[in-house]
Amino acid sequence: MITITHYLVLSLVLFTLGVVGMVIRRNFITLLMCVELIINAATINFIAFSRQAGDVTGQVFAVFLITIAAAEAAIGLGIIVALVRLKQTVQLDQANVMRG
Amino acid sequence: MNMDLRADLLALLPELTLTAGALVVLLAGVGGGGRRHGGLAVTALASVGLTAIALKIAVDVSEAGRLFFSGMFVLDPFAVFFKVLFLLTAALAPLLSRDYLERHDYRPGEYHSLVLFATVGMMVMASGTNLASIYVGLELMALSTYVLAGYFRREVKSHEAASKYFVLGALSSGVLVYGLSLLFGELGSLDLAAMAAALGGAERTPTLLTGMALLACGFLFKVAAVPFHMWTPDVYEGAPTPITAFLSVGPKAAAFAIFLRVFLGGLEGLTPYWVWLVGGSAALTMIWGNLAALTQDNVKRMLAYSSIAHAGYALLGLLAGSELGVQSVLFYMLVYLVSNLGAFGFVILLESRGYAGETVADYAGLARRQPLAAFGMLVFLLSLGGIPPTAGFMGKLYVFAAAVNAGFVWLVVVAVVMSAVSLYYYLRIAMQMYLREGQEGEGAEVLAAPWTARAIGVCGVFVGIIGVYPAPFAAAARTTAALIGVTLP
Repeated sequence: MITITHYLVLSLVLFTLGVVGMVIRRNFITLLMCVELIINAATINFIAFSRQAGDVTGQVFAVFLITIAAAEAAIGLGIIVALVRLKQTVQLDQANVMRG
Repeated sequence: MNMDLRADLLALLPELTLTAGALVVLLAGVGGGGRRHGGLAVTALASVGLTAIALKIAVDVSEAGRLFFSGMFVLDPFAVFFKVLFLLTAALAPLLSRDYLERHDYRPGEYHSLVLFATVGMMVMASGTNLASIYVGLELMALSTYVLAGYFRREVKSHEAASKYFVLGALSSGVLVYGLSLLFGELGSLDLAAMAAALGGAERTPTLLTGMALLACGFLFKVAAVPFHMWTPDVYEGAPTPITAFLSVGPKAAAFAIFLRVFLGGLEGLTPYWVWLVGGSAALTMIWGNLAALTQDNVKRMLAYSSIAHAGYALLGLLAGSELGVQSVLFYMLVYLVSNLGAFGFVILLESRGYAGETVADYAGLARRQPLAAFGMLVFLLSLGGIPPTAGFMGKLYVFAAAVNAGFVWLVVVAVVMSAVSLYYYLRIAMQMYLREGQEGEGAEVLAAPWTARAIGVCGVFVGIIGVYPAPFAAAARTTAALIGVTLP
């Protein structure tokens, strides 16, 4: 029997992986994948809670989230293309000219 | 049903008008017309003007206090006040950008239309009464501004600003939406009124508090408060200067709008928990923002840290939470908007020696060569520093008074000490302008940029009027705050 706890643990694992990946990785494409992990963790939560409560608003919001994640990925890929054209690399730390 | 839809669409009329305007600018900028700088800027301005008229119509015909789109959208005075602020920003942005874009030879079509799309997002945020509509507005604003930060794609710095802004912005909105999902699970709704009602009987579980904390972190990132400010200096330095000016006022004010509405409206029941989180962040923001600004030689970086510090002052009004607190934040946002846009306007004028000609030393001897420009810059710097009789003084006065009334005396002490510190770096530029000799041909010259000069003039008039005669503006903020009454529908 799969309960809501299973879903929440899964989403927590995905969320943690995403956040840790964002902090330790410097490859722009990996970062983009980590962003997707975080947003998908939230999406799983929304659907699981929505199913538990028998209420569809969470599922509707999940559709919104998927759309927003797609738009975000498109912009991220655009920035990566510009990075490759300027520097011939997808490593963020090789693109660092300012402090911080 | 049909009548409902009609009312819904009328309430949304300003956003629809601005979206149509943004699409017109986008299409007009494609192909051969792509270099018509003046024409495209005027089109963008005209669509902002039409949106202002549409906003007036929407307010006149909509029933007061009614919710639209099944409780997702509201057109209360609070939303209208912020929409007017955003439209003011959106009207000044094309003016500030027009000459700059031509000088750097970038296409104006996509640029102006992205500014307008970001403004649509901010307007939706100000009106959202459901976290779903607020989040969608937030993302529309954020995605447009990521692109704008990297708009000068042949410049390494501009690209770096876009990368950093995108990566950290995406992380923050991911954290924010994960927090939303936890709140949704605990409270069973994303509607602010329903959340407030559910909070009445809800147990304060760790899940609920984690969700609230993650949401607060996401919002603190958007207002650039310490410790979520790391992106600000690099993004502000690297982005095209008119975009830096836009980012430092528009999205920040929008983030404050949702911060106020969500934390004082939906999550007011959790005040004892978030007040420490936000209060600690406000104190750190004021201290670190001002201290870090002291050592900056790049004027854009200095203004970035100064804008971090200003977010700290405005957070005091949120903490105060009362009607007075909300009023003070609204008023502060107006004051900060005109002062900061004016100061950035001068940075745009002075950037004559390529992209990087923006160090403090460039201002040496400006008063002798360009007395009017130096005096204008001085007024905006004094306003940012909060010296009477400028607008900045009145803004700080209201925020500090609200915080003292609410019992946050220690925070106000920090704020007053730190605004004294801030005078050092504001007056450092003034000292360069008035007391240092500029070497011949070394210092920056003011370029002939009539559009930018007009935008600065508008800001200057506002700073002067608000400083000398703040009553009508404060009254507008007061009626607004009284009407949202802190308890939302």
